[in-house]
Amino acid sequence: MLWLFGLLWPLLGIHPDGTLSFANAFTVWFYIFSATFLILVAVVFHKQGWLNWISHSSAAARARIAATYSRTPQWVWIAALALLAVVFPMFTGRYEQDVAINVLVYICLGLGLNIVIGLAGMLDLGYIAFYGVGAYTYALLSIHFGIPFWLCLPVAAFTACIAGCIIGYPTLRMRGDYLAIVTLGFGEIVRIILNNWMQLTNGPNGILGIKAPGIYFPSLADGFSIEHLYLKKLQFLYYVILLLAIFTILSVRRLNISRIGRAWEAIREDETAAELMGVNTYRLKLLAYAMGAVFAGMAGAFFAARVRFVSPESFTFLESATVLAMVVLGGMASIPGVILGALALIVLPELFREFELYRMLCLGGAMVVMMVFKPSGFIAAKRLGRRSEEREG
Amino acid sequence: MSTEPILELRDVHTSYGNIKALKGISLSVYPGEIVSIIGANGAGKSTTLMSICGIIPLKQGEIYYNSQAIHGKAADLLPPMGLCQVPEGRRIFPRLSVEDNLEMGAFFRKDKVEIAKDQEHVFDLFPVLKDRRHQHGGTLSGGEQQMLAIGRALMSRPRLLLLDEPSLGLAPLIVQKIFEIINEINRNVGTTILLVEQNANIALQTAKRGYVLETGTIVMEDDAKSLLNNPEIRKAYLGEA
Repeated sequence: MLWLFGLLWPLLGIHPDGTLSFANAFTVWFYIFSATFLILVAVVFHKQGWLNWISHSSAAARARIAATYSRTPQWVWIAALALLAVVFPMFTGRYEQDVAINVLVYICLGLGLNIVIGLAGMLDLGYIAFYGVGAYTYALLSIHFGIPFWLCLPVAAFTACIAGCIIGYPTLRMRGDYLAIVTLGFGEIVRIILNNWMQLTNGPNGILGIKAPGIYFPSLADGFSIEHLYLKKLQFLYYVILLLAIFTILSVRRLNISRIGRAWEAIREDETAAELMGVNTYRLKLLAYAMGAVFAGMAGAFFAARVRFVSPESFTFLESATVLAMVVLGGMASIPGVILGALALIVLPELFREFELYRMLCLGGAMVVMMVFKPSGFIAAKRLGRRSEEREG
Repeated sequence: MSTEPILELRDVHTSYGNIKALKGISLSVYPGEIVSIIGANGAGKSTTLMSICGIIPLKQGEIYYNSQAIHGKAADLLPPMGLCQVPEGRRIFPRLSVEDNLEMGAFFRKDKVEIAKDQEHVFDLFPVLKDRRHQHGGTLSGGEQQMLAIGRALMSRPRLLLLDEPSLGLAPLIVQKIFEIINEINRNVGTTILLVEQNANIALQTAKRGYVLETGTIVMEDDAKSLLNNPEIRKAYLGEA
């Protein structure tokens, strides 16, 4: 704790323009000290047993909640969550919807990366490249050929998949740290290509005027006709990404419990042993890359359609790191964990907006605290253990 | 016993970079027998098994399994042919449940009914695994992990089972038990077993024939009984003065 104070002390008083005002810092210090003191008092009281009446009743309440939770079948919770997600835009404004769309995009990305890192155990630091490939695929197809979003979605997934194979192919023989460095390099290569290939990508200026996703619907206004509507309203876009996210969740879940998912996990646990058991590690690792890239490509296509502008700046290493943080923070190989991780890493910075300058500091602090107290993530993967129990019935 | 060997190595050389690990190994295993390779640390025992399984590429030489050349074949094609290895140090999948570990052993098989039957068979051999079927592999004790590793290999219905140091790091009583089961597998199912061991005493008691490996070459080959009684072997590997 003292170490943290030492670290924060100069940050709190020095301004970007060079002026110093430690008076301001003292108020912050005061808050920190009083909060620490209160917590300390609470801990001492707890140790003395003076707070037993609170902890007893709260423990009882917790037990009751847990009991209700386990008594209700799982689908009720999932249905409730889905319903909440569907009605969400009806009660919220633009800002909330915007944040929600962001969360859903990152859920897709996180789940895709989860295949590569959580299941197959390959540390990929250039994951955002596939997101970029997907986004640019849709952007270019939309600008030059006017191909609609829904047609481009599988195309974007496909090109991202190809990119995944291209990046995956030479790196398959590498493990651990080496793999991380090489993927990091590949991520940068993709970004730099996007940045410098002026003729194709318009370089750092980006591509403007990408079409939003559209839908056809029958209209009965004057006679029967089928009309086309671009979904420019945020609310509609929210539903599009919600659909994509649900698709991603379902397919990742399916992969997770399949034979392939288990083979991926075996590779993560011990590659040589997996090979000795007759697993074609080469093909399965490539498949993990490709599958991860597919979901990133789709998320990328949506991103391009939503912002209607792409530029290489959206696909920096920082983005890769953010997605990685979501996967690790949420809990590797656990789907609800990754979803929660994405939620936390997008929503928390928004909540911390009040702290202005200290926003990222708060986020960083929250992450450190989180990893110290729950190293396996919010929702640790119960994984195959649970699956076996299910089978037993 | 037929005269056609189930496994035959002819003048096998391998190396790690510039360091030669195997300098011309030739050996054969006949159907139904238990063969031991004994030798000290770094003699090339594990390298021999890894070369057979296609994990380490050969520099020179040939390997035949059922009179079929398997050198240069991808490692994952061998278990479907009935050749499976229990690697040194067990190498089970620590964060997969015991059941899933076993299922990984049958990864290439699609016959669900038979797989379930084989799993029951493994549980009969190692009842402790049945009690712990939902536990993660990494939470088992060393002996249980060794049983799991053997059980996992059995799930592929091997005709030739390669065992790499099954006694490694286990208490003498557990070692006894493991070797009893190895004998049982050989006797009841007729699985041929190639055993690599540092514990020369128990390895030669179990095996029918034995090879002695020293710094990448085979220096001796004989019946297990005669090797056990060989004064040089007794001095070098059985700790007699």
